Amino acid sequence: MTAPVLPETAAVYWRPRLDAARLRRRGHGWTIATLAHTIPFLATAALLLALEPLSFPVAAIAVVHAWGIPALYANRGAGVVRPRRRFGAASERAALGLLADLVGHDARDLHARTGLVLERGRLGVWLVGEAGALLVRPGGRRVDCWCVKVDDDLPSADRTAHLLLALREDEEGFATVANLAFSGAAWRLRRRLPAAMRPALAAARARA
Amino acid sequence: MARLIRMDRSGHTTVAEWTAGDAAAVEAAVAAFREQLDAGYYASVSTGPGHAEQVRELPPDAELVILRRPIAGG
Repeated sequence: MTAPVLPETAAVYWRPRLDAARLRRRGHGWTIATLAHTIPFLATAALLLALEPLSFPVAAIAVVHAWGIPALYANRGAGVVRPRRRFGAASERAALGLLADLVGHDARDLHARTGLVLERGRLGVWLVGEAGALLVRPGGRRVDCWCVKVDDDLPSADRTAHLLLALREDEEGFATVANLAFSGAAWRLRRRLPAAMRPALAAARARA
Repeated sequence: MARLIRMDRSGHTTVAEWTAGDAAAVEAAVAAFREQLDAGYYASVSTGPGHAEQVRELPPDAELVILRRPIAGG
């Protein structure tokens, strides 16, 4: 019996199907890129201070850059789950009813509080939002932020339900179709998430 | 009663309802199902907690069949 394949993967035929090993490699790539952005600025700051302590202001600017660039990437990652525009209350309510039917009591409660649906997968623990999903890797230290879209004219809970169903049909296919916006430390992402969503990240890390 | 529902702007719309023993209702549901697939929808059936299966034929014994639109990388 062959595993089900998400049909949307045909639209990104050039991408190799994502699996745990490829995901790990991509995560390492992000770590290397982060270090490549950070280390030169830190080294510059250290060198400046060593050569001339009075260059402290310039060294401080270099340190700010070293901190800020990864933070900007994390901000982009957090953006995938930020709430989008809402439709009429009646359609939102109807959509929410359907989404509630798809998930268990705990996930329903978490969604009501944070706007994210927690879903356990083989690659880790997912937090599914309206326009993307966060994947908390086993151990809870690294998070991948995936940007995924469905038509904008749907109520928010319907958009989440679309992503949830696609994820359940084919988790690896879902990650293949989605665009990776950020991969990095959970603590870095947490700072950039809306405060209301942070409990969802904490819950996912606890289960990862 | 089994339902075929489509997620749309209204939240969701019931496209067809049937019971396994009602041949006419099943036939109407199958026709409606094909029409929606031709319109570009994908059909999904829950196969247990955390699992769903995409179907190309209407499973008459399913409780709920959900029609969704394609997703894409954002």
